[in-house]
Amino acid sequence: MKVVVAGGGVIGLSVAWQAARHGHEVVLADPDPGRGTSWAGAGMLAPVAEAYFGEEAITAFGMAASHRWESWADELRADAGSDPGYTRKGTLVIARDHDELAALVPLHEMQLAQQLRAERVSAREARRIEPALAPAICGGLWLADDHQVDNRLYVRALIDACGRAGVSFVHERAATCAPTHVTLDGGIDMAADAVVVATGTWQPVIEAGGEQIDLYLRPVKGQIIRVRSTNRAVFPTRTVRSGPIYVVPRDHGELAIGATAEERGFDTTVTAGAARELLTKSWELLPGLAEAELVEVMAGLRPGTPDNAPMIGRLPGGPILAMGHFRHGILFSPATAAAVVAMIDGGEVPEVVAPFTPERFAGATTARRQAKART
Amino acid sequence: MPQPDPMIIAGEPFSSRLVMGTGGAPGLDVLERALIASGTQMTTVALRRLDPDAPGSVLDVIERAGSRVLPNTAGCFTAAEAVLTAKLARDAFETDWVKLEVIGDEDTLLPEVTELVDAAEQLVADGFVVLPYTTDDPVVARRLEGVGCAAVMPLGSPIGSGSGIRNPYNLAIIREQVSVPVILDAGIGTASDAALAMELGCDGVLLATAVTRAHDPALMATAMRHAVEAGRLAHLAGRIPRRLYARASTGFEGMPTLSPDPTGPEATRTYDDRPDL
Repeated sequence: MKVVVAGGGVIGLSVAWQAARHGHEVVLADPDPGRGTSWAGAGMLAPVAEAYFGEEAITAFGMAASHRWESWADELRADAGSDPGYTRKGTLVIARDHDELAALVPLHEMQLAQQLRAERVSAREARRIEPALAPAICGGLWLADDHQVDNRLYVRALIDACGRAGVSFVHERAATCAPTHVTLDGGIDMAADAVVVATGTWQPVIEAGGEQIDLYLRPVKGQIIRVRSTNRAVFPTRTVRSGPIYVVPRDHGELAIGATAEERGFDTTVTAGAARELLTKSWELLPGLAEAELVEVMAGLRPGTPDNAPMIGRLPGGPILAMGHFRHGILFSPATAAAVVAMIDGGEVPEVVAPFTPERFAGATTARRQAKART
Repeated sequence: MPQPDPMIIAGEPFSSRLVMGTGGAPGLDVLERALIASGTQMTTVALRRLDPDAPGSVLDVIERAGSRVLPNTAGCFTAAEAVLTAKLARDAFETDWVKLEVIGDEDTLLPEVTELVDAAEQLVADGFVVLPYTTDDPVVARRLEGVGCAAVMPLGSPIGSGSGIRNPYNLAIIREQVSVPVILDAGIGTASDAALAMELGCDGVLLATAVTRAHDPALMATAMRHAVEAGRLAHLAGRIPRRLYARASTGFEGMPTLSPDPTGPEATRTYDDRPDL
């Protein structure tokens, strides 16, 4: 079958790679594949740390994806001929003061109630695991099942694997996505047996059942800093999270420090306040940061949905949607790709993504149109 | 059923006395259910943390929940900054109502009251309806009323601390000393805190975190709605005085059949002449 994938972030690339592996003829349309939100992110694969009250379906999907990641990374390494930078080292969640420690208690109970592996650690134990941590920390949680991938190596490997599997790249944005054709910004029309929309926060015109659909997606801005040090003793060796911030070390000597969550529309400016907040809070965790080289500050836009869960599936008479992955795109990518390819192959929606049907927002779509008309 | 008992701010009636904030909500769906459950008619949002033109944002949620938007100046540290932010909010949200916040430092988030009074004065002169977030200091509350604020919003305890009302005596004094509405703002942790604020005579309660960070935000919002209503009714009904010793709810003279001798001293003895403590 001929498959057109609109959008070349981790979701679009994963779908394209897998669809090509399944013998389909795949075209991927993106002006600059892998350089959007996927490039900005930190690459945490952290369904346990991200688990939250009322989001059990998201956690379950994340755990399923997490279990798939090791073999996924192996297959990708083989297909791409490069290392996607997947490392299994667990994650520490740190309380910087007693208020934060108290706030971890109900989260820990919830994690245990969902049969997730999470273990209370004292400050001393945490610092034995990561000696770079500040002596003033108050303890935390050890999450043995939360890992990480170097998102930029991952994106490069996906692009290479797609190329080797025969995916053709069209460096243009999809303007309209219908069930059996995609119109590019430049006006070129591509027919397809299946169309997959994976455009992140940005929405093409989506045609479903003869109507133009407006998906309920909003950009949630995240600012993230990258620092580098040749003195490895000042950085942790695995992901450390604390309240709203996280620090994620890379094998090549960088440390990603993120992230803000801002409802600012399509705004990707980096601000002094965000940089200060991220640096101050990470400094409290890692007092050796002062000497690190400041490499980059950038902002990405997470594609948010009203319930924080993705939209995977079809609206009646529409293309396949793989949208709204919010904070979880990199983690979910193997599971979303498997579900989407199953839909391409058989037309049926796999059970595992049933909770994420785009049809659950049928009412909200109208409301958003009205809101748009107002502004 | 009680008579309609609206909270009136700057001449406008609100049948709900619960004002909601949106900070800390884990998602927009959750927030929408919580706002609807709270029954609120006024929801405050920070201009600093929101692009009013962004599609599918918290503003749509507030509108669908049937609430008006009260812009606030959260994140401002000086009067000049707060005044400018309020003016930007007036243009962006097309309202001259503003919840005025001028914060002193990031660790306590307590109000910087000298800047607050200064900013309030400027904004009132510019035609704003100013609702200032302030300390629980009755002198400052009087000053804010004096410069023309439409209400005063003293804190119960620091923002997001969930520590309830740390100084109920000050709130009672503020209630006595100002004639504009008093809305308790900040510190509410659970429903009894909101009820206590209303029992102390506050006209309304503003809260966010207690609902948005609860495990089940919509359920806590329902609890808060009931708590504010219950506290208000209790305030109107007039509570009984506190006493050190017990006082039988039914006088012994009312229970002749329970007394072995209906004419004996136990049947006629009354404690009603004991003064309230």
